[in-house]
Amino acid sequence: MSGQGSQDAKFFQRGKIQEFRAELQAAESKDKKFTKRKTVLKKIVANITMGNDMSPLFSDVIQCLSIPSLEIKKMVYLFLVCYGRSKADHISRVIPSFLEDCEDRNPLVRALAIRTMSYIPTSLVVEEIADPLRHALKDKDPYVRKTAAICVAKLYTADPRKAERSGFVEMLRDLLLDTNATVVANAVAALSEIGDRQDGVIFRLNLTVANKLLAALGESSEWGQIYILDSLLRYVPDRHEDAELMAERIIVQMQHANSAVVLTTIKVLLYLMNYMENRRLMDYICKKMGPPLVTLLSSGPEVQYVALRNILLIIQRRPQVLKNDVKVFFCKYNDPIYVKLAKLEIMYRLARDENAREVLAELQEYASEVDIDFVRKAVRSIGRLAIKVSTAADDCIKVLLELIENKVTYVVQEAVIVIKDVFRRYPGKYEGIIPALCENLDALDEPESKAAMIWIVGQYANRIDNADELMDDLTYTFLDEPTEVQLALLTAAVKLFIYKAQSDTSKALVHKVLKWATEEIDNPDLRDRGFMYWRLLAINPAVAGEIVLAEKPAITTDADRMDRGALDQLLLHTGTLGSIYHKNPETFIRGATGKALTDSPALNAASRQVLVPVSRNNMLPPTAIRIPGPGPRDPRKTVPPPPMPPSDGAPVPSAAPVAEASDLLLDTSPSQEGGDDGDADGDGDGDEDYSQAPASAGGADPYANLDGAFGNYMADEPRPQQSGPLF
Amino acid sequence: AFFIFNQKGEVVSNSDVRSPIITLGSTSFFHVRVNNLYVVAVTKCNANAALVFEFCYRFVSIAKSYFGKVDEEAIKNNFVLIYELIDEINDFGYPQNSETDTLKTYITTESVMSSNFAAEESSRITVQATGATSWRRGDVKYKKNEAFVDVVETVNLSMSAKGTVLRADVDGHIMMRAYLSGTPECKFGLNDKLVIDKKDQGGGDAVELDDCRFHQCVRLNEFDSTRTISFIPPDGEFELMRYRATSNIKLPLKVIPSVTEVGTTQVQYVVTVKTSFSNKLSATNVVVRIPTPLNTTSVDCKVHSGKAKYVPAENVVVWKIPRIQGGQEVTLSATGALTSTTNRQVWARPPIDVDFQVLMFTASGLIVRFLKVFEKSDYQSVKWVRYLTKASGSYQIRVRGTYRHRSL
Repeated sequence: MSGQGSQDAKFFQRGKIQEFRAELQAAESKDKKFTKRKTVLKKIVANITMGNDMSPLFSDVIQCLSIPSLEIKKMVYLFLVCYGRSKADHISRVIPSFLEDCEDRNPLVRALAIRTMSYIPTSLVVEEIADPLRHALKDKDPYVRKTAAICVAKLYTADPRKAERSGFVEMLRDLLLDTNATVVANAVAALSEIGDRQDGVIFRLNLTVANKLLAALGESSEWGQIYILDSLLRYVPDRHEDAELMAERIIVQMQHANSAVVLTTIKVLLYLMNYMENRRLMDYICKKMGPPLVTLLSSGPEVQYVALRNILLIIQRRPQVLKNDVKVFFCKYNDPIYVKLAKLEIMYRLARDENAREVLAELQEYASEVDIDFVRKAVRSIGRLAIKVSTAADDCIKVLLELIENKVTYVVQEAVIVIKDVFRRYPGKYEGIIPALCENLDALDEPESKAAMIWIVGQYANRIDNADELMDDLTYTFLDEPTEVQLALLTAAVKLFIYKAQSDTSKALVHKVLKWATEEIDNPDLRDRGFMYWRLLAINPAVAGEIVLAEKPAITTDADRMDRGALDQLLLHTGTLGSIYHKNPETFIRGATGKALTDSPALNAASRQVLVPVSRNNMLPPTAIRIPGPGPRDPRKTVPPPPMPPSDGAPVPSAAPVAEASDLLLDTSPSQEGGDDGDADGDGDGDEDYSQAPASAGGADPYANLDGAFGNYMADEPRPQQSGPLF
Repeated sequence: AFFIFNQKGEVVSNSDVRSPIITLGSTSFFHVRVNNLYVVAVTKCNANAALVFEFCYRFVSIAKSYFGKVDEEAIKNNFVLIYELIDEINDFGYPQNSETDTLKTYITTESVMSSNFAAEESSRITVQATGATSWRRGDVKYKKNEAFVDVVETVNLSMSAKGTVLRADVDGHIMMRAYLSGTPECKFGLNDKLVIDKKDQGGGDAVELDDCRFHQCVRLNEFDSTRTISFIPPDGEFELMRYRATSNIKLPLKVIPSVTEVGTTQVQYVVTVKTSFSNKLSATNVVVRIPTPLNTTSVDCKVHSGKAKYVPAENVVVWKIPRIQGGQEVTLSATGALTSTTNRQVWARPPIDVDFQVLMFTASGLIVRFLKVFEKSDYQSVKWVRYLTKASGSYQIRVRGTYRHRSL
C-alpha cells in the first residue's frame, strides 16, 4: 500500500534488466495482493523516469496486464506508452486486452484504455482503434466521450487521411452540439488542433455554432472555456451587430481567476473589434480591458511576463488602453529581471508630456541598479524618452550627463549611443555637451558605442577644437577594429577633412584611412565605401562635402510602433508564444500555420486596408525586416535569420540591400529616422486617427523601422534561438 | 501537445534565469520554479503561454494538496501517483479537470482494485468530473455547518525617498473554507461599489475596487447582470475572489527614514515607524530591513522596542518588532562604520523593506456585508469572517541617495 507517507524514493536506483525480469517471475508466486509485482513495476517505472531503457522487459511487463489491479494496469500502460512505438511488432499481443478494457463496465477504465491506445501511434494500433474509438465517441458516459474527442486529434496526428476517411472529423463536429460542456470543449480543442495543421481540414464556425459554443461556456471548466473562446477566432462576423453582440456576451469572462481565460477573452475581444462599428461599445471594451490586464500583474512572475509582453502589443494597437496607468508598470526592486525589462519597454511606450517627469525619475533610479542589462536598457530609455517627448528632453539630457559623470563604463557607453540620436533629433540644441562626452573617449570599448562616439566627433568636427587629435588617436587601432567601427572611422575621417581641409593632420589622416580601407581591408563594404569617398574627394571635394555633410532627416519615434497590419496579425496570437516574441508563429516554429484577419462585409475599412493576405504565408510582417544600417555592423549578425521557405523570400530580402546602399551614401550612422506621418504619440483614441502608412509602404521605406533607429536596442528582446543545432 | 516533467534540481543553475521561456529551434520550454524543483512544459507549437503557466501553477497546487509539500523528496516518493495525476489532468497537452476535490475521489493514495471498484461509483465520478459543478461532490456531510471567510490584503507600496507615494495598491484575496453539507447555494456581499468605470468618486464607506476576479464556481453571468456574487462552493478551502484596489489606500505603517553620511567612514540611520490605525489593533511580526552599503564593517543599533541586528551576509540591518500597538511610534537609530575602499563596488541602493501583519484591518477598507447560505435541507450555518492586512517583500521605501557612488 502506498499511503500518504509513501516512501517510493528508494526505487530510484539504477537496476539491471535481468534482475527485474527475475524479480517479476519470482513475484508471481505467493503474491496475493500483488504487492510484490507492484514493487517491481514501480522500480521499472522509476528507471524509465531516470531515462534508462527498459524496453527489453516488454514481454515480461505486459503479462501483468492480466492482474485485476488498476494501479498495476496504469503502470503497465505507462510502460506501453513509453515503448509501444519502438516495440511495434510486439504490440499486437496487448491489443486484445485493450479491446477488452474498451468494453469494461467502468467508464474510467474504458476511457483509460482508449486514451492509452491512442498514445501509441503504430500502424496496427491506428488500425485497431477505429472501432472502439467510434463507440467511445458515442459512449453514454460523458467522461469517455470527452476523452475520445482528444483521441481523434491524436489519431489525426498519426494518420490524418485515415482519420478523415473513417469519418472521425464529422463525428467531432457532431460533438460540438453535445449536451455536456466538457465534451463540447474537448471537441473544440481537438478540431482546433486539426484545423491548425497545414494539412488539416479547415475549421470555421458559423454564427449558429458559435452561439451554441458560447452557451456551453458557462458550464465549462476553466480550461474548456479557453478552448471555446479560442475557437471564436474561427468565426468571421458578417455584420457589425454580430460582432458586437458576441463581445458583450464574453466581456465578463475577463473577471475569471484564470489568467489564460482572461487573456484569451481579450484576444477574442480585440479580434471582434476589427468587425465593429459602434464606437461607444469599442471605447467601453477598451476601458474594461485595462483593469484585468493590470490585475494579471499580481499573478506569478511568469504570467506577469506573458501579460507584459502582450500589453506591449495591445497598447500599440489600442492606445487608449492603460493610457493613464504608467505607474503600475514601475518596477519593484525584487521583480525578476525579465519582468523588469518588459516593464521598462511599456513605461517608455506610455510616456507622454503629462507623465514624462515621473517616468524619468524612475528611469534614473533604475540606472543605478546592479543588473547590467537592466541598467543599460534604462539608460537607453532615458535617451528614447528625450527623443519621444520633447518637453522632457532637457531633463533627460541632464540626467544622462549626471550618469556619465559616474563613470560606470557600460552606463557611459549606453549614454553615448543614445545621445548621438538625441543630437540628430534636436539639431543645434545640445552640442554644448560634446566636451563632456569627449572626456570619456577611453571608456568606450564596445563597437556600437565607439562607432557612435566616432560619428559624433566626425559630425561635429568643426565644434571640437582637438577633433583631429582625437581622430588621430582613434584611428591608431584602425586595422584591429571591428567593421562597424572601421566604417564609422572612415566616414568621420572624410567629414573631418571636409571641415578642416587646410589642416595637415586631417589631410594625412584621411589619406591614411582611405589607403587602409582600399588596400588592407577585405570587407567589400568598407573597400567600396573607401573607393567611393576617394573618387568623390578627388573629383570634386565641394560636392563631396555636400553629400557627406548633407542635412539629415530628423529622427522621430513615430515609426516606433509596429505597423498596423502586422499588429492586427500578431494580436490574433495574444497569449501565445508568438505574442511573447512578437513574431508570427510560422516564422519560428516549423509547420505552424499563419493567421490573418479574414475579410468580410463587417471588417472595418482601416483594417481592410492593411490586411495581410494569408496566402502569402506572410513569413515576416513588413516591419520585421531589420535594416540596421550597413549590414556587417549589425551586432545581431550572429543570429541567422529565421528560416524562410523558398516560396517566399523574393520581395523581402531584396528590400534590404537597396536600403543599405542608400544609407551608405547618406551617412554611416546606424540611425534611421521614421516617416513623419502618424499622430504624435498615440494619444488619440485608437484606430481612426492611427494614420500610419499602409503596410506595403513600411516594407519599401528603409526608415520605417525603429529596430534600426536604436541600433541593437532590441538586443535584450526575447527571441527564439534559431541557431540551436539541437533540432 | 506538451509534456510536464519534473526536473531534479541539479540540472539548471538557479541564479541565471533571464526568461521563463526558452525557444530552441521549434521547441519551446516553459518553466516554473518551486523550491528547488523546476516544473517544465515542452511544446513544439505556438502554445498558449498563459495557459501553460497557469497549468504549471495548478499542477504545483494539486501536488501540494496531495503530498503536503512539493520538493524532490515528495515527488520521488509519489512518482507513480504523479504519473497517474498527470495522465488525468492533461490529455495530449490539453489540461482537463484539475479540481483537486474531484480528483481525490478517484485518484487516491490508496490503491484501488478494479474488481471491487464499482462501475456505478465510477459513473457518478465521471458525471462529476465532466459536470457543470466539477469542483464539488454531491455527498458532503457535516455535523456542524460552518464557513470561514478570510479577507487577506497584501499592500504593495513604493515610496520615493522624498516621501511621495509612487504607487500604493492592494492585492486582496478572499479565501473561503466551506464546511457545508449538501449542495449549498451561497450569496456573498461586500461594501464595494463595483464601479469599474471610476465615474463617481467617494460616497459613504463604499470601497472602490479596480478589478476583481472570481473562482471558477462564481456565476459570472449573474455577476455581470445583477452584480451579485453567487456560487456553489467547493468543499474545503479555496480562493473565492481576488481583487485589486488603488484608491484611498490606508497605509497601516508609515516609515520615515533618514540616512546621513558622516565623512566617508560613517553612516547614521534614523528610521521611525509609525502606525496609523486605531489603537485597539496592532501590527505584529514587523520586520524592517534596512540596506547598508557594501563596505560596511559594523553597525551599532539602538532600539527601544524589538531587536535590531546587522546581517553582514545580506548587507542589511534587520529590525524585528513583535508588536506595535495602533497609534504608537518606534524608532531605530544606528551608526554604521565603513571601511575606506578605493574601488567601491556598484551598490544598487536597495529600498528599505517592511513586512508586517495587521489583524482585523483592511487597507482598502473592504468589509464583508453578508454571506448567505441556502440549502435544500435548510440547515443553520455559522459564518466567521477574519481580516488581515499584510506585506511581505513589497512594502518598499526608497532611501535618499546621500551615499550614491560618486566619481573617484
